[in-house]
Amino acid sequence: MEVLTILIPVSLFLGGVGLVAFFWALKKGQFDDPHGDANRILTKDYDERPKP
Amino acid sequence: MLSIPTAHCAACISTVEQALEAVPGVQSARVNLTMRRVSVAADPQLEAAPLIAALNGVGYEAHELDAGLLSATETDKQGRDLLMRLGVAGFSMMNVMLLSVAVWSGAGEATRDLFHWISGMIALPTVVFAGQPFFKSAWASLRAGRLGMDVPISLALILASSISVFETLNSGHHAYFDAAVMLAFFLLAGRYLDHRTRAVARSAAEELAALEVPRALRLTDTGEETVSITDLAVGDLVRVRPGGRMPVDGVVVEGTSEVDRSLLTGESLPVWAGPDTRVSAGEVNLTGPLTLRVMAAGRDSSLHRMADLVAVAEAAKTRYTSLAERASRAYSPLVHILSFSAFGYWMWATGGDLRYAVNISAAVLIITCPCALGLAVPAVVTAASGKLFRKGLLIKHGTALERLAEVDTVVFDKTGTLTMGTPEPTNLGEHPRAATEVAMALAEASSHPLALALVAGARAAGLHPATVTELREVPGYGVEGLWRGQAVRLGRAGWCGAEADLGVTATWLCTGEGTPRPFTFADRLRPGAAEVVAGLLKQGMAVRLVSGDTPGAVAAIAGRLGISEVTAGALPAEKAALVADLTAQGRHVLMVGDGLNDTAALAAAHVSISPATALDAARTASDIVLLGQDMAPISDALRIARQSTRRIRENFAISALYNVVAVPLALVGAATPLAAALAMSLSSISVTLNALRLK
Repeated sequence: MEVLTILIPVSLFLGGVGLVAFFWALKKGQFDDPHGDANRILTKDYDERPKP
Repeated sequence: MLSIPTAHCAACISTVEQALEAVPGVQSARVNLTMRRVSVAADPQLEAAPLIAALNGVGYEAHELDAGLLSATETDKQGRDLLMRLGVAGFSMMNVMLLSVAVWSGAGEATRDLFHWISGMIALPTVVFAGQPFFKSAWASLRAGRLGMDVPISLALILASSISVFETLNSGHHAYFDAAVMLAFFLLAGRYLDHRTRAVARSAAEELAALEVPRALRLTDTGEETVSITDLAVGDLVRVRPGGRMPVDGVVVEGTSEVDRSLLTGESLPVWAGPDTRVSAGEVNLTGPLTLRVMAAGRDSSLHRMADLVAVAEAAKTRYTSLAERASRAYSPLVHILSFSAFGYWMWATGGDLRYAVNISAAVLIITCPCALGLAVPAVVTAASGKLFRKGLLIKHGTALERLAEVDTVVFDKTGTLTMGTPEPTNLGEHPRAATEVAMALAEASSHPLALALVAGARAAGLHPATVTELREVPGYGVEGLWRGQAVRLGRAGWCGAEADLGVTATWLCTGEGTPRPFTFADRLRPGAAEVVAGLLKQGMAVRLVSGDTPGAVAAIAGRLGISEVTAGALPAEKAALVADLTAQGRHVLMVGDGLNDTAALAAAHVSISPATALDAARTASDIVLLGQDMAPISDALRIARQSTRRIRENFAISALYNVVAVPLALVGAATPLAAALAMSLSSISVTLNALRLK
């Protein structure tokens, strides 16, 4: 059972990374227009630099 | 910031953005498809008009939005806050659940205690952070002396966490950390869905309010200035251009024109206006510029007096209790009674074993806790209003959907609702070709709605305008010109020397030879109007038409649509009285109307719909707004509303069933944390799936 001392911190850390990534996405406004973003990948416009 | 109600697909995004970016002065444009808006970054001096024209050019309606009026930031912040709490709850739910699975599958003494400690360290901060919305609203309702849905929720969260801490300290077998966190997660999910629906509705409602920017042109000694109508005082002189809406009540001092009163009275015929004619705010000036002396502005104007009528009607409206409210009113005392009696019984049965009794009562609270109830309504309402929004209907009011499901009588207004308020010629074929061509040439010189309709109708019939010279528009009367050396006139009956009143909208052509010829017009039906009426009749609804227009015009429309019960010449108060009468007969009335004369009736009806073109007051008074021009979604909306109410009831039944099975187990003390977790997640998932079945 000694493996738990490594596995539990590791799993908590990975979960924490996910949580931080979620906060980052929230702050960047990635949930502001879910419907639009879902459709935007279908546009055929050629753009070298995608719009921010 | 522009609103684009018809955008809906991937192709729309690129079309709209490219069209806007092609306009000189625009730096960039970005569509938000969820909100149906496009924000444009452009040079400061660029006006909205060319942008709207560019969008119309590629086939999208667009409206300018006053960015200052849209207080989107506040709702955005709330939504982000809820989403953040939901994320935290979800994260810790997953971690605690992993640890709990080990405990459920039989981890030994030391391992179990270790896992409980870790779970507690994750769960406690989560409950404190994620549970705040519930604690706040529970506290508020307790202070008001009520038992809301949030009181048992908060109690369950607190009790479950504290009993689990106690058990962990004493190395007990059962800890409910997973249940507490899961409860928070599912309930937050319901809250978030609820918030999203409201936010979409609110932002769209704000959008409608931001559409009308009330300004007036005031004449001063130095010239004209644009002012807000709140700055106008009685006695000021105001100029109203053709096509503009009267900003105030007043008396005409200069100029002649015709005014369209259809929004106020339902009359489809334009009325002549000249010096000393009284006009009311909301009327539209059609042909010539008018100068008004302000008689009443702002609060005292007839628009505002009508708004007071609405307030009275709304106060008389019985408050509707939603299904969710009724359910929670019956439910939350029951939960408390069950939990406390379980506590009392086990205190007595075990001879004062406080720890065991608290354990049982916490289990009862957790299992009965309305996870499914908290999700049942928001999930269905979100699914249904999303569906309706895609069809172009905006639900403004939370309970509108449920009330819509009860409707058995539909009352329509005519002008502007069933009809577009724009005329179309009806008897072009009865005139000699030459006469029509002369009329067409004359009509081309004017921007009067009848003239525009005549030109469009004649062009559609393949005619070409005759050569008429020295065209001159006489505001308020018509157009005159010279045709083959002869004076010809197109305009009002009196001006042409015709005296007959046909009972329908008509304009007259006189060429000097023979009697004047009438060109008659009928109101154009709104697209989808015929389908809606047919659909409603098929669903077994009673359909009525109530209008302030003349009996002839109303009967003609009713005949075309197949409506048998018709009331013409109704005053605003009579319309409201008719709706109240029907309600007194036990009918649930859906009122569909757009004019100021409908507002009182809209407010008095069980549920009401108005098109987006309606006056501000009418839109405020109604529960649902029709965003597009097409009316067809209304009959669909009734079907979806009935279906969603059925789904809500089914969801209540499902969660009740889970409770019936699980609560006895909890009461006898057989409910382990595993059972609680299973009951909770199964019921939540099944109600969500049931909500998504909505078609």
